[in-house]
Amino acid sequence: MDYADRHVLESLIYLPMIAVVVLLLIPGRHREVVRYVGVTTGLLLLVGSVYVFWSFDPNSEALYQLQRTYSWLPQLGIDLRLGVDGIGALMVLLTGIVSATAAIIALTVDREPKPYYILLYLLITGVYGTFVSTDLFFLFFFYELAVVPMYLLIGVWGSSSTFPTFSRTKEYGAMKLTLMLVAGSVLVWIAIIAIYVTAGLDTFDIAALKDAATDGALSGTFQRIFFPLVMVGFGVLAGLWPFHTWSPDGHVAAPTSVSMLHAGVLMKLGAFGIIRVGLTLMPSGAEDWALLLFILATANVIYGAMSAMAQTDLKYVVGYSSVSHMGYVLMGIATLETLGLSGASLQMFSHGVMTALFFLVVGAIYERAHTRDTMVLNGLASRMGLATAFFVIAGLTSLGLPGLSGFVSELLVFIGAFRTQPILGVLGVIGAAITAVYILRLIARVFFGERSREWNQLPDLSRKESLAAAMLVVPILLVGIYPLPFLRVLDNAVAALVAPFGGA
Amino acid sequence: MNIDFTLLIPEFVLAGVGLLVLAVDMVLPRDHARRNIALAGVAAAGLLAALLWGIFDLRSANEAVHNGIYFVDRFALVFKVILIGSGIGVIGMSVDYVGSRMEHQGEYYALIVFSVLGAVMMAAAGELLTAYIALELLSFSLYALVALARRDARSPEASTKYILLGAISSAVLLYGIGIIYGATGTTVFREMSETLPTLLSPTVVVGVVMLLGGIAFKLAVVPFHLWTPDVYEGAPTPITAHLSVLSKAAMVALALRFFAEGLVFTFNSWQLALAILATVTMVVGTLVALVQTNVKRLLAYSSIAQVGFVMVGLAAIVDVPAEAGNTAAANAVVLHVAGYAFTNLAAFMVVMLVEMHTGREDMDGYNGLASRAPLLGMAMTASVFSLAGLPIFAGFVTKFYLFTAAADAEMLWLVIVATLASLVSLYYYLQIVRRMYIGKPEGGALLISNLGRGTLLILFAGTVAVGVFPVPFLDAIEAGVSVLRPFFATAG
Repeated sequence: MDYADRHVLESLIYLPMIAVVVLLLIPGRHREVVRYVGVTTGLLLLVGSVYVFWSFDPNSEALYQLQRTYSWLPQLGIDLRLGVDGIGALMVLLTGIVSATAAIIALTVDREPKPYYILLYLLITGVYGTFVSTDLFFLFFFYELAVVPMYLLIGVWGSSSTFPTFSRTKEYGAMKLTLMLVAGSVLVWIAIIAIYVTAGLDTFDIAALKDAATDGALSGTFQRIFFPLVMVGFGVLAGLWPFHTWSPDGHVAAPTSVSMLHAGVLMKLGAFGIIRVGLTLMPSGAEDWALLLFILATANVIYGAMSAMAQTDLKYVVGYSSVSHMGYVLMGIATLETLGLSGASLQMFSHGVMTALFFLVVGAIYERAHTRDTMVLNGLASRMGLATAFFVIAGLTSLGLPGLSGFVSELLVFIGAFRTQPILGVLGVIGAAITAVYILRLIARVFFGERSREWNQLPDLSRKESLAAAMLVVPILLVGIYPLPFLRVLDNAVAALVAPFGGA
Repeated sequence: MNIDFTLLIPEFVLAGVGLLVLAVDMVLPRDHARRNIALAGVAAAGLLAALLWGIFDLRSANEAVHNGIYFVDRFALVFKVILIGSGIGVIGMSVDYVGSRMEHQGEYYALIVFSVLGAVMMAAAGELLTAYIALELLSFSLYALVALARRDARSPEASTKYILLGAISSAVLLYGIGIIYGATGTTVFREMSETLPTLLSPTVVVGVVMLLGGIAFKLAVVPFHLWTPDVYEGAPTPITAHLSVLSKAAMVALALRFFAEGLVFTFNSWQLALAILATVTMVVGTLVALVQTNVKRLLAYSSIAQVGFVMVGLAAIVDVPAEAGNTAAANAVVLHVAGYAFTNLAAFMVVMLVEMHTGREDMDGYNGLASRAPLLGMAMTASVFSLAGLPIFAGFVTKFYLFTAAADAEMLWLVIVATLASLVSLYYYLQIVRRMYIGKPEGGALLISNLGRGTLLILFAGTVAVGVFPVPFLDAIEAGVSVLRPFFATAG
């Protein structure tokens, strides 16, 4: 197993890249071959990701495990440094699950599957790369790489939506998303260069930079100035209020499998970036700005939930609920406290699988009914039993029903929040209550109640879609019923993160 | 003084090949079926021969010919590879274009070879007058090349503008050289570096400023950029590509050597001016590009913005707190130029192919290009993403390196301007991508020759290679930059 341990992380980066090259070489008319390669790669990635999670040893002293280093640009001190801490391992697992299911769902893409899968795997390369890089340059490299293909994926394969008073074209959604995310990454870029130059170590190694930060190479003033750049820069991708506006428009315009990946995994890159760059390298800056982050995160929760309640488009409901749920992640981060950070990490995982499941079902309904209007859809339960079941599971997870993953992670975040900012914590709980209102109302209206005649012929989820949905339900139940293995993995990483804040 | 003329064989080869192309042009009958390909073949083979001789002549490590007037060193060699390589690329992309719409085919290829010769000599010159003559050889070749599309009324107009403004800039440059010679008694970079600091009188400052103005004109630094959009638009498209890469790369080489060896001890005095020029260039280039609807003009302004990034690096090559050379900045500048060469040639090649097959230069002509010619869509997307500085393409790594070097020289404010300019530029690059992939195609598939496909694929591969494996490029560049003494001798 040594061999696998040494190479598993890099294979997660190389495998999707190889898939990109292979797909480029297959002539586009062989659609079945393209799809075969696409799905096989997704399943292989899932196997690799499960292996990473499984072989991560929570008892080991080492913070970063499965480490590998390849020299890349010695002149600047850039190496391809790979390694995962507990949070990274959990995120790798999430990426594996969501990528595999998204690859399966992408089978339904009818228009030009070849470039679709190529862009999808470029994006997945970027996601894995960000989660497993322990080099600041490569973290940023892969982070940008994950953003690039989005424009085309949404612009070409997405869908526009029309409302009575206005419309949102897919071009609009794609352009807004790309520009806002790249604007965020510009802030990150400036911060990274400033960290590199100020630390003066001629290396981008995060572990070395962290030691320098602990030794005072990054002064308190420096951290106070540059932490907000990292917080806002990565925060844009995490859907941080008020920089979240790309998220609903982008998610709605995106094709199903891209929405799944984007809301499921990509938004976590932002939160992960705040933890990996902000909290790790600039702890005192994080302390200075924690209260603001906390307030913004609370706004996320409340504003996202209220907006979701007002939407009549299924995808917009799910899109705003993502904004609201990412608020819990950010809230957990802002606690700077053990339980809060564990909760935030687990919430990233839980929200990732849950929202992917949401988008999967909503995409399937849209494909069959050609509308997402909650005023028009009704009584789908009797025609689409499986879809209803999966949507209800996702909905109950999102409102925090015990026994499902959302309960565990949100509970941890709330405990952390009550320990640090009780008043804002109360507002967070109110957000969960609002979630319950809009989710239950939605389920009642769309899936139950009287069915209009036009929905009489809707077919239920296909076998492939059900399989993908089932793959997403398994982790939701696992975390909900037996969260210990998932939490234990996080222990060391979270302990290292909170150490500068006095432990506890 | 003994001069070893065998060191100059690549230059002789280039001059000879230029003449040979003209001779072949005279000998071959006008209606010969393979006339165009034969001329291109001779020119390309000659360039390749000169390049290979330069690479394999192991003496090219640090030989100064004639007391530092002309250098055959690794720095010149690095630029020989970039300049001659880009010349070969331009010939490769020109063949179909020249075959279908040029009357003066022999002159076309010969002038390209001569312009490359001028550029190569600029990179090797260690003295102002040699540099000036090389620059004029480059410029005159380009003036004529710009005018060669005689069927298009914009072409002679562009050439006239280019000649007039170019002549003024040459005059200014010469005046500057005269002043500096009058003050220091020398035109050799290394010799003037000793005397300049003691002589920093208003007269000398005026001379140096005039010199910098001449350099800025060729680089199209704002506010010396006004000729660029018109000339880029009017020139035959492969020549636009040639202009945007060759004359800029050559001027960067000359500027680096002049800064490092001539201005070395007074560099502090010019740094702020260079930083301000960099800022203005990036801002103006980026903002004006936003409103362009002609893709050639858009790329012209985007190349101005790119020069702004180069200027960031040039401003950073002295490490003010340490008073030493910042090799990282010089390396970054050259790496950026190398990546830019691949990227820009690829972008203009797509523009050329679109124009050849559809006659369109405006943005809307790119509607649905990706479905009409997937290769063009991919290459253009890669190029504009590289220009915008996104991974996995050259622009990401080279800009990252440039900005890090600038921040190292305590110019974080310049980095902030530059990253913001990159962000804004993404918007108009995405406009092209949007049209290519989302726009409705008007017309059928474009058929591109195998030579065209091959050239474009090589340029695309180069753009990705610099972005993913920059080390081999950077190692060579580092070896080249390190011979620029005494500037970097003190660098840590």
